[in-house]
Amino acid sequence: MRIDGKGLVDRTKPVRFRFDGKDYAGYKGDTLASALLANDVRLVGRSFKYHRPRGVLTAGSEEPNALVEVVGAQNQTPNVRATVQEVFEGLVTQSQNRLGSLKYDLLAVNDYLSPFLSAGFYYKTFMWPRAFWEGLYEPIIRRAAGLGSLSGKHDEGTYEKAFAFCDVLVIGSGPAGLMAALTAGRAGADVILCEESHALGGRLLSDSQTIGGMAAGDWVAQVVAELQALPNVRIMARTTVTGAYDNGTYGALERVGLHKPARPNLPRECFWRIVAKHAVLASGALERPVAFENNDRPGIMMASGVRTYLNRYGVVPGKRVTLFANTDQARGVARELMAAGVTVAAIIDPRPDASAVEDCPVHVGAEVVGSRGRLGLSGIQVRKGSEVIEIETDCLAMSGGWNPTIHLTCHMNGRPRWDEELAAFVPMEGAVPGLVAVGAANGSMSTHGALATGHAAAVKAVEALGRKVSVPVPEAEDAPYRLKALWSVEGKGRAWLDFANDVTTKDVKLAAQEGYRSVEHMKRYTTQGMAPDQGKNSNVSALAVLADATGRGIAETGVTTFRPPYTPVSIAALGAGGRAEGFAPQRFLTSDQASRDRHAPMIEAGLWYRPSYFPKPGEATWREACDREVDMVRQAVGVADVSTLGKIDIQGKDAGRFLDFVYTNTFSTLPVGRVRYGLMLREDGLVLDDGTSARLGENHYLMTTTTAAAGLVMRHLDFVQQAFCADWQVRFISVTESWAQFAVAGPKARALVNSFLEEPVELPFMGVAPVRIGGVDGRLFRISFSGEEGYELAVPTRYGEALFRDLLARAETMGGGPYGMEALNVLRIEKGFITHAEIHGRVTAYDIGMEKMVSAKKDCIGKAAATRPGMWGPEREQLVGLKAQAPISAGAHLFMPGAEVHRETDQGYVTSVCWSPTLGAFLGLGFLKDGRARMGEKIRLVDHLRGLDVICEVMNPVFHDPEGEKLRA
Amino acid sequence: MRYSGLKVITEGLFGNKGWTPAWRDPAPKAEYDVVIIGGGGHGLSTAYYLAKNHGITNVAVLEKGYLGGGNVGRNTTIVRANYFLPGNSEFYSHSLKLWEGLEADLNYNVMHSQRGLINLFHSDGQRDAFARRGNAMINQGDDAILLDREGVREHLPYLDFEQTRFPIYGGLLHPRGGSARHDAVAWGYARGADKRGVDLIQNCEVTGIDIENGVVRGVQTTRGAIRAKKVGIVVAGRSSQVAAMAGMRLPIESHVLQAFVTEGLKPVINHVVSFGMGHFYISQSDKGGLVFGGDLDFYASYAARGNLPMVEHVMEAGMTLMPMIGRAKVLRSWGGIMDMSPDGSPVIDKTHVDGLFLDCGWNYGGFKAVPASGWCMAHLMATGEPHEVARKFRLDRFATGHLLDEEGTGSQHNLH
Amino acid sequence: MRLTCPLCGERDRREFYYYGAEDFLHRPGEGAPLSDWDNYLHLRDNPAGVTKDLWYHEAGCAQWLLVTRNTVTHEITGVELVAERAK
Repeated sequence: MRIDGKGLVDRTKPVRFRFDGKDYAGYKGDTLASALLANDVRLVGRSFKYHRPRGVLTAGSEEPNALVEVVGAQNQTPNVRATVQEVFEGLVTQSQNRLGSLKYDLLAVNDYLSPFLSAGFYYKTFMWPRAFWEGLYEPIIRRAAGLGSLSGKHDEGTYEKAFAFCDVLVIGSGPAGLMAALTAGRAGADVILCEESHALGGRLLSDSQTIGGMAAGDWVAQVVAELQALPNVRIMARTTVTGAYDNGTYGALERVGLHKPARPNLPRECFWRIVAKHAVLASGALERPVAFENNDRPGIMMASGVRTYLNRYGVVPGKRVTLFANTDQARGVARELMAAGVTVAAIIDPRPDASAVEDCPVHVGAEVVGSRGRLGLSGIQVRKGSEVIEIETDCLAMSGGWNPTIHLTCHMNGRPRWDEELAAFVPMEGAVPGLVAVGAANGSMSTHGALATGHAAAVKAVEALGRKVSVPVPEAEDAPYRLKALWSVEGKGRAWLDFANDVTTKDVKLAAQEGYRSVEHMKRYTTQGMAPDQGKNSNVSALAVLADATGRGIAETGVTTFRPPYTPVSIAALGAGGRAEGFAPQRFLTSDQASRDRHAPMIEAGLWYRPSYFPKPGEATWREACDREVDMVRQAVGVADVSTLGKIDIQGKDAGRFLDFVYTNTFSTLPVGRVRYGLMLREDGLVLDDGTSARLGENHYLMTTTTAAAGLVMRHLDFVQQAFCADWQVRFISVTESWAQFAVAGPKARALVNSFLEEPVELPFMGVAPVRIGGVDGRLFRISFSGEEGYELAVPTRYGEALFRDLLARAETMGGGPYGMEALNVLRIEKGFITHAEIHGRVTAYDIGMEKMVSAKKDCIGKAAATRPGMWGPEREQLVGLKAQAPISAGAHLFMPGAEVHRETDQGYVTSVCWSPTLGAFLGLGFLKDGRARMGEKIRLVDHLRGLDVICEVMNPVFHDPEGEKLRA
Repeated sequence: MRYSGLKVITEGLFGNKGWTPAWRDPAPKAEYDVVIIGGGGHGLSTAYYLAKNHGITNVAVLEKGYLGGGNVGRNTTIVRANYFLPGNSEFYSHSLKLWEGLEADLNYNVMHSQRGLINLFHSDGQRDAFARRGNAMINQGDDAILLDREGVREHLPYLDFEQTRFPIYGGLLHPRGGSARHDAVAWGYARGADKRGVDLIQNCEVTGIDIENGVVRGVQTTRGAIRAKKVGIVVAGRSSQVAAMAGMRLPIESHVLQAFVTEGLKPVINHVVSFGMGHFYISQSDKGGLVFGGDLDFYASYAARGNLPMVEHVMEAGMTLMPMIGRAKVLRSWGGIMDMSPDGSPVIDKTHVDGLFLDCGWNYGGFKAVPASGWCMAHLMATGEPHEVARKFRLDRFATGHLLDEEGTGSQHNLH
Repeated sequence: MRLTCPLCGERDRREFYYYGAEDFLHRPGEGAPLSDWDNYLHLRDNPAGVTKDLWYHEAGCAQWLLVTRNTVTHEITGVELVAERAK
């Protein structure tokens, strides 16, 4: 029910929204919860386990009951707190976790079965017969469990992530936070003020008091106006600081567009990483419920919630309100309700010495022991001494005192301290370096305390920044906070602790009875505190009940750990930018467009895109194109972009010495103008990478790495040089992106290359020379990865596309053309060249038959560790070639013909295969136990997954031109 | 007390007053035949199988905190047997078989659910590597099916097949893979061990290991000295510290691995799914939360908490792979301390001290190993000989080069 | 988490690559016994407390850094250039 003249909602701006198919009206500034309460909608959800009817409990993000689905055009968002979701025109919402309608939820039958569904019951049953678990029990449990539903469709929303930096981060804009922000702001510090709600002021918006002689609301408006005017202060409303991380980094979620109708490019949320030199935690405190029988009915609410609905939204959730509270502060709710003309039927105060003087009946030393009302509260039972009276009421405001909102102070393993007087946990000082808790978050419960501690923390922060400031702290209420701890009321029935997960005091006691006495065991056994509110409403009460049940104090019992995030954060916000292509950078070759122009399918090679093959009209499959391209290279000439290979330019007097150290073989003896194949080991003796290095000058080398290992090798070289030879005269830098490089291979390669050169050069095999191409300085290497006479032509990247297109055009006049990754792979398998399919991190130089390349004359990285006994010998699998007349597969395993096929008889495996148009056979490379001694043997290849069982011949892996005559032609 | 559906009903009818403690809370005795240091999953299962398989019941499990408080209580609960290197294959295969009979054996519902695990691949090379793995699994007697893209779509229609950065080529389905309820595993073993006479001693931190002339004599603890004929160190996450008490330097570096759970949701993900181009894996718990994780934070840490870069990376991987989870909200993140070994495989072995045994180095794959690790550690401690499926988990294999490196990333602890 | 690179200043952890413990700097000499290599490559003190480990400013100046750091609190108390140290 809406009360005239109360609240901060904009009554000139009505808003239509929908809940469970019915249209309602609210106002701009309403939350879904306040608007539903204004429309007298009390039943908004069903509980997790027993499917009990539930209503709004709180007015904040800690809400455990009022979780709804927000329905969008494409997606729906589950588990939205009605207490946080602002209403807007066209907002569509629905209740969740029900079978049937919200009123007649079929799963409410669980409530009647509750004696059999006590804590941990599922650990004791559903075990027989075994097959029934996956087949029957589990599917039923899964369907009944869970809360809201995802739509199952891709989330098409827009999300952002951003960094922000500041001197002072103020978390929360209640009295403590505003005072801290004002103080730091006036000092000229760079301030960010984060407020979870859309309006600044915190609890000052929810109760009526004065600050510095003016109404609290006016004081808030004045401070906010000043902060908004300060250029060094940034106010971030609708922003929850969700986590504290190392070195002053905080995570924060801004609800950018959730309070508006969706529109293109309006982000729904933005996840901020805020880096702050200092942080002031002014997050306030959360009021805690009292556990009594049936304390979960719609209409039973937190006193602070009732107060917020009244003062901030102008809504009262009932016509006859009762109050059950153990602090003086909570009395204010009753007084404010009465002042607004609402009937307060009774105040029930468990403190025997509490004042009985109010304008309504007050039951001192009394407790609420029960409630009635199936879908909403209709009355309560109150026990006073031995007498139990019935009071008619449709809204019970309850308060068991307050828990400081200390969560962020625990995110870096800080354990909170139990404060006996407050009957609450308070932060451990210094638990998060640079963060100071103030106000109610630190146990200063009065408004004066909040202002004073907020001010003091800000002064300290700005002084540490070398600034001075003088801001007076205004006068405010400074009443003592006095309570008698009341966690639960004695009774026989079920009294709820964790509303969201349906954990009752009985469950906690049962856990203790069964030996789950550690607070962590109790939590995990009962699921207490594991619901969407993460125990914000219930943890402290639950462990008080556990402490009582186990005969320990609360401090001794201890708490479970608060972990990030403070409030749940959508995966989409944390993963903003990851959708679709955004997950990883894309690297494109200079020839990319030219390849796509020829309809080449592009495939991912690490971060690069490379052409798979270049289809010609009439070719139906990739194999036809591939076979043609292989023939083309073997018979005429082919061109391939190999710029993805890593290129590292190495210079200095000690460059050769350095290469000798990082390669197994020797490079210092390489003549200028020559290229050598090099093998590189990891320090543990296994093969890291291979490639060619060219000596361009006396003190100048160019190293080539594989595409996959380019970054790895660069990092490795940097380490070796900086850690072990920092005093050597050698420097190097990656030039991978600086050069476009094209392989030209085939019998007509020389002719094609020479057609480009201003002065043709005669290069020997494994030679390198500077060349001029169309007026541009380039480099020509005579190397081959195909087994044919081969060249690689390198030009500065900006000329790459032009050269590539020209190369193709001229090649085509010679019966040649481009070839893609598929053909490249076939060519190298035919020639027995290895890639990372073979050097997969578990092979040694010995395994690939290159142990002779490990120079005996010098030390090198990995040499010593490769001599470990397990790194060589006939037990190891060695590189072999395989030839078959039927299709074979990579990933197949090798067995002796006729032997049984199982792990113990496994002889090896296959790493690469192809159909070889050159040899007219299926070829493979693989690793076979003692393989080099077994050339000519028959071996059985078995691939269960693809249904292959083929006899192969074990061969030298160099199938094509084993003498290398073509290379050297 | 034997648990059953009938028992739940009869107790329910009488106010659940009759349930007795799942385990005793004994004071430590002065001497035991065997002391197991560490009351996590592996320590508890070791004690259980010492009692059950070998009749050794004069055993104490010493736990510095609460039972199951280590990584068994903070993981993503995946159970699988999809290794391909001999040495690992047979061990995890054995473990999976034990999982399949665990409820009946323990009389405790650990909710082991074989809903199938799918490892996605995104290139021809990855397909071949997974084929090698799948064939090894079948050669071992386990199950594996190679799915093509359409096969994956049938199982996981909600993946982004159209515009993801690394297109889905297919997946390796391991039908017997799945998940379990992690705490229940620790509790089930604890209850089973306790029932067989093992003393489970909580809040008892080991502060020293007594060794005389190369023979172990017992341990010093915060609750006094305890003599023992044999001592097992089963404290993954703290292995280096405890082994140092016996003068050992282990091949282990401790790292933080974060994991995440969302708010409860109605069923959307049935399988365990892993992404091949970014470390990301996900399943949905019976309670409805999406449970997922990714890679290590990559720096050595005992903080049991992580930082945002990896949090965000994991979420980004989730968004590129299955953008339908975008609106699920992360409820809680946590970090476990991983014993990272230089080849990614564990150690179950004797030590240089007579009577002192070591079970460590589970990297981030320890949960599924809980049954077989306990089985093999118990075998080793009882008989003095390694169990046949754990023969290769030797402590000296790094020195000798007999590595078990499934990832192929070499002697850098955090890369496994 | 943020590290202060001696050359580039304070930067986010995302810019750095982590390798491992300081041990990797103490490479055994030629002819050292294999046990030295085991110690170098595999065995670690792995302290729960202050340690020194190796980071690489991969997205920055490409310098390897020796970082003094607490593995329990993540507090960083020192960063030095590996190359400067070795000289």
